[in-house]
Amino acid sequence: MQSIVSSHHLCFAPPPPPPVLGHRLICHSLPSIRLPSHRSPTSLRLFSCAAESEMAAAAKEDGQDLRIPKIASSIRVIPDFPKPGIMFQDITTLLLDTEAFKDTIDIFVERYKGKGISVVAGVEARGFIFGPPIALAIGAKFVPMRKPKKLPGKVISEEYSLEYGTDKIEMHVGAVEPGERAIIIDDLIATGGTLAAAIRLLERVGVKIVECACVIELPELNGREKLGEAPLFILVTSDAA
Amino acid sequence: MSGNKEEEDPRINGIKTRIRVVPDFPKKGIMFQDITTVLLDPKAFKDTIDLFVERYRNKNISVVAGIEARGFLFGPPIALAIGAKFVPLRKPKKLPGETIFEEYELEYGNDRLEMHVGAVEAGDRALVVDDLIATGGTLCAAIKLLERVGAEVVECACVIELPELQGRQRLKGKPLCMLVEYR
Repeated sequence: MQSIVSSHHLCFAPPPPPPVLGHRLICHSLPSIRLPSHRSPTSLRLFSCAAESEMAAAAKEDGQDLRIPKIASSIRVIPDFPKPGIMFQDITTLLLDTEAFKDTIDIFVERYKGKGISVVAGVEARGFIFGPPIALAIGAKFVPMRKPKKLPGKVISEEYSLEYGTDKIEMHVGAVEPGERAIIIDDLIATGGTLAAAIRLLERVGVKIVECACVIELPELNGREKLGEAPLFILVTSDAA
Repeated sequence: MSGNKEEEDPRINGIKTRIRVVPDFPKKGIMFQDITTVLLDPKAFKDTIDLFVERYRNKNISVVAGIEARGFLFGPPIALAIGAKFVPLRKPKKLPGETIFEEYELEYGNDRLEMHVGAVEAGDRALVVDDLIATGGTLCAAIKLLERVGAEVVECACVIELPELQGRQRLKGKPLCMLVEYR
């Protein structure tokens, strides 16, 4: 998928993206983020030349962010975990690659900074690794969404389906306020059950979900459909098996 | 930081006032130190990270190991800022690849901490990060894991210490840096 972001700095034909074992790269035009209603009603294209950092602009060729192939290749795939047939997307190897980890956070920060986002919600436990650095860089609070009985104090909870049975995620009462604008972070979206539950939790207390953001999507599992109106932004897609 | 009261950094009080104490969690008699309220205050959270980053940035730390799950909140921002790898230390069966483990004692029974084989190399200089040190059992297990693969543990870093539980003595002689004490 070709990006339609203009790249005025291009003066030569870009090389093809490096092949990445097991991963396909996202090279599409990034949907723009709606600003809060007190600003201009027309949504701004995120990667307009004026808004981009120099580094991000230099890293693009023909609209494709060159950081993404490196991020994709830093992810390790572990077959048959947690059970036979599942190709597990292991981001711990991304965290061992200081440049890839930094680039991952930078891409999200460039996307969400200056968009009036006051809440970054991260789903336990791998959402805790990516969420806080983003929150810190954009000046938002970080809100952990946790498995039952981990959060002390008053919580609200939302159930979601598993393959067999159900589970719950919880959030602290009072962590967020009506009218706040939030993004929800996890390392990966598979069936979308957890993210959908996180969206419901936040919407129940009057928060607007600007976007869900994950490093990896397993598109065959159709998680995107469970997110309702909330857009999804991802860096890398991978086949589920 | 770390018990030197005369020169307490002015940011520390702001962090301390953001920690919420929840009585009788997870069971009666425990005054639970809730750091989620620090994360809700962007300035307090930033100050927490900055204090650790200032301490470690020029110390050639190549690994920040964070203990699941609240060590995951503080470890990665520190790792990113000082240019170190982040290594999650996890409860059993969460890490997908080949792992090594260390056992540690709970009040009743034992638990295990796991690390991926190959994440840390001999000669790596490591920091261990968690939100809080109580008895020191988990941190001690983390130190052992790292030392087994030949890393040098430079220091343990926690936001909060419960000094009455004497966790500091259980760190195999490694120093502890903390921001806030709770007595």
